[in-house]
Amino acid sequence: MKNPYFPIPMRVKRTSVETTDQMLRTIELSFLNEEDKRAFHFIPGQFCELSVLGKGEAPFGIASSPTENGSLKFTINKAGVVTTALHHIEEGAEVGLRGPLGNGYPITLFEGKNILVIGGGFAFTTLRSLIAFFLQPQNRNKVKDITVIYGARMPGLLLYKEELKEWEKRDDIKLVVTVDWGDKDWNGKVGLVPNVLEEVAPSSENTYAVICGPPIMIKFTFPKLMALQFPNERIYTSLEKRMKCGIGKCGRCNIGHLYVCKDGPVFSYDQLEKLPKDY
Amino acid sequence: MTLKLDKKDLKAFLETLMEEYDLFAPVKLAEGVSIYKKIDSPDEVDLSTENPQKPAKEVFFPQSETMFRYEKAGKRYQMTSTEGVERERVILGARPCDIQAFSLMDDVFLGKEYKDVYYGNKRKATTIIGLACPHPLSTCFCSSAGGGPFLRKGSDLFLIDLGEMFIVELLTEKGMAFQKNKFFREANTKEISLAKGIEEKASTKADASVPIGGIDRRSDLMMENPFWDRMHEKCIGCGVCTFLCPTCHCFDIVDEAITDKGQRVRNWDSCLFPLYSQETSGHNPRPTGRERTRQRLMHKFNYFPKNFGRVACVGCGRCILYCPVNFDIRQAIKLTSPKEIKKVKDEVDLTRQ
Ligand SMILES: Cc1cc2nc3c(=O)[nH]c(=O)nc-3n(C[C@H](O)[C@H](O)[C@H](O)COP(=O)(O)OP(=O)(O)OC[C@H]3O[C@@H](n4cnc5c(N)ncnc54)[C@H](O)[C@@H]3O)c2cc1C
Ligand code: SF4
Ligand code: SF4
Ligand code: FES
Repeated sequence: MKNPYFPIPMRVKRTSVETTDQMLRTIELSFLNEEDKRAFHFIPGQFCELSVLGKGEAPFGIASSPTENGSLKFTINKAGVVTTALHHIEEGAEVGLRGPLGNGYPITLFEGKNILVIGGGFAFTTLRSLIAFFLQPQNRNKVKDITVIYGARMPGLLLYKEELKEWEKRDDIKLVVTVDWGDKDWNGKVGLVPNVLEEVAPSSENTYAVICGPPIMIKFTFPKLMALQFPNERIYTSLEKRMKCGIGKCGRCNIGHLYVCKDGPVFSYDQLEKLPKDY
Repeated sequence: MTLKLDKKDLKAFLETLMEEYDLFAPVKLAEGVSIYKKIDSPDEVDLSTENPQKPAKEVFFPQSETMFRYEKAGKRYQMTSTEGVERERVILGARPCDIQAFSLMDDVFLGKEYKDVYYGNKRKATTIIGLACPHPLSTCFCSSAGGGPFLRKGSDLFLIDLGEMFIVELLTEKGMAFQKNKFFREANTKEISLAKGIEEKASTKADASVPIGGIDRRSDLMMENPFWDRMHEKCIGCGVCTFLCPTCHCFDIVDEAITDKGQRVRNWDSCLFPLYSQETSGHNPRPTGRERTRQRLMHKFNYFPKNFGRVACVGCGRCILYCPVNFDIRQAIKLTSPKEIKKVKDEVDLTRQ
């Protein structure tokens, strides 16, 4: 029997601060064992449990795309014990990893369709994985139009700024970046995500929407999606709950009979509607 | 195959058992405190008291268990898993309710997607010697929960106490391995019919009238019912009912460290504790006793049946016996009848007017 609680060793290859408030740091991890690397296959939207031994373990969405071979990226919000330890970790250090865990985005459902990606704040991590996956030349034909609306409170809080610039230059993705408050160097859009969605007004025809962000953003964006006539079964989101085991044993992450760690974290609104409001 | 074991041979039998196996059996620590623990001397074993306070789940799923140890060596870590089991094990004297609960734990820990090796390795290495309950307590309702005081399912060997001796039934392949045991002799027809009599008497004593059948469907509509406002009121959230429940399996995982060395440990946890589901942001999806009591009961009677086709309660009655404020799960189950739910709703509506 393989032990699903036993982490594999990873090396911290690079770390970089993402945001001006210093609260978000991206760490890139490479596999220390060749066989672990060969055995690791994931799809966008899955997550891993990262261990800093002695401090503990916490779940993080995979921010890199499966098409970026050889290493994994995670973007970490400094919140408590483990996340703080991951902020202080040095390049070359060893961390533990369990995964990939969870179901991931329904990539095959998206095939042949348009996708609308709506992200707010640092929940953009796994959305970045999803977008990068479909922008890869061998995958680009799998979906039709890619529309991305990404908002942060301030320009300094946007993630992956270099990459956003690259995407802006391409003509096979429509990217709208917005901030709640601009600053003197900001010449992009200013406005809240729900309002920007209304303005951009992408057609819901043949389109799947994926939305991740702070609850308040989701609360106000959802009615706009309804107004655009997106049916519940074509709106997907990724949930967060307190987790420990990540494999449906320890009990704490359930919503009704489903476990967010193993049956999620990605759910359609159609599924969520049938579950108790226990999140 | 029906054999017998004279009680005067019990000690010698256990001694030979311990040469080959790690033996786990009920031990009385103090008046009213019995647990299953690893036996060092046969004198510790106590098969005379009622069902031990702590369930037998501890043998496979200890209250606190090391998962692996680590030590830092330069930049690398040396990690050693503690999943292995050194010797074969025997559980002696587990009651039918606790044994039925093992099969529910199996559903969770040995499920199809992921296997819990810590539980699985111990489970696989264990022979189960069940012990019949001749005198079910007033709080026992195993017969309502798909079990019964003489339920043999799950046992490899099964003992029935006849006073001077135990009737010994060999039920499985693991059990048949004991066929040639020098302390077991063939039981005669008189002894066998005596055991039958005890069985018949006991089976009328465990309460079979708690309406568990169909509760999964009944409770489907109950999530937002005022029922829960009432139900949680007296619970003080101590968690005793979950720790002592043979089917509760929630755990926490923590690291314990001294400088460069340490271990990852899992400890029993409870859905009745406020911190259980509290997120780092401060958000708690189950902020009050209402949501937490609802989680405990809905998990047992609605979510678990959805996932595994049966309720996660074996009717052992421990949560009734040891609750400091007399929360009675049988009462809660009875109150899920459509008539009772309506009554509670009307009452609550009245007080809100
Ligand atoms: C699927 C998923 C994906 C996620 N993706 C990301 C991501 O990409 N980026 C990101 O930044 N975050 C992500 N998160 C959130 C992230 O997991 C949490 O912020 C993280 O778990 C916080 O851990 P911490 O150790 O820093 O916090 P702490 O609150 O310090 O918790 C540390 C540990 O200490 C213990 N502990 C702490 N407080 C208590 C308490 N009150 N009671 C008992 N034990 C306690 C627990 O064992 C806990 O795991 C994700 C969460 C989920 C579920
Ligand atoms: S034992 Fe009683 S008081 Fe304690 S948590 Fe359970 S129901 Fe509540
Ligand atoms: S819920 Fe109560 S009666 Fe049912 S198995 Fe658990 S402790 Fe026993
Ligand atoms: S994190 Fe343990 S059950 Fe989901």
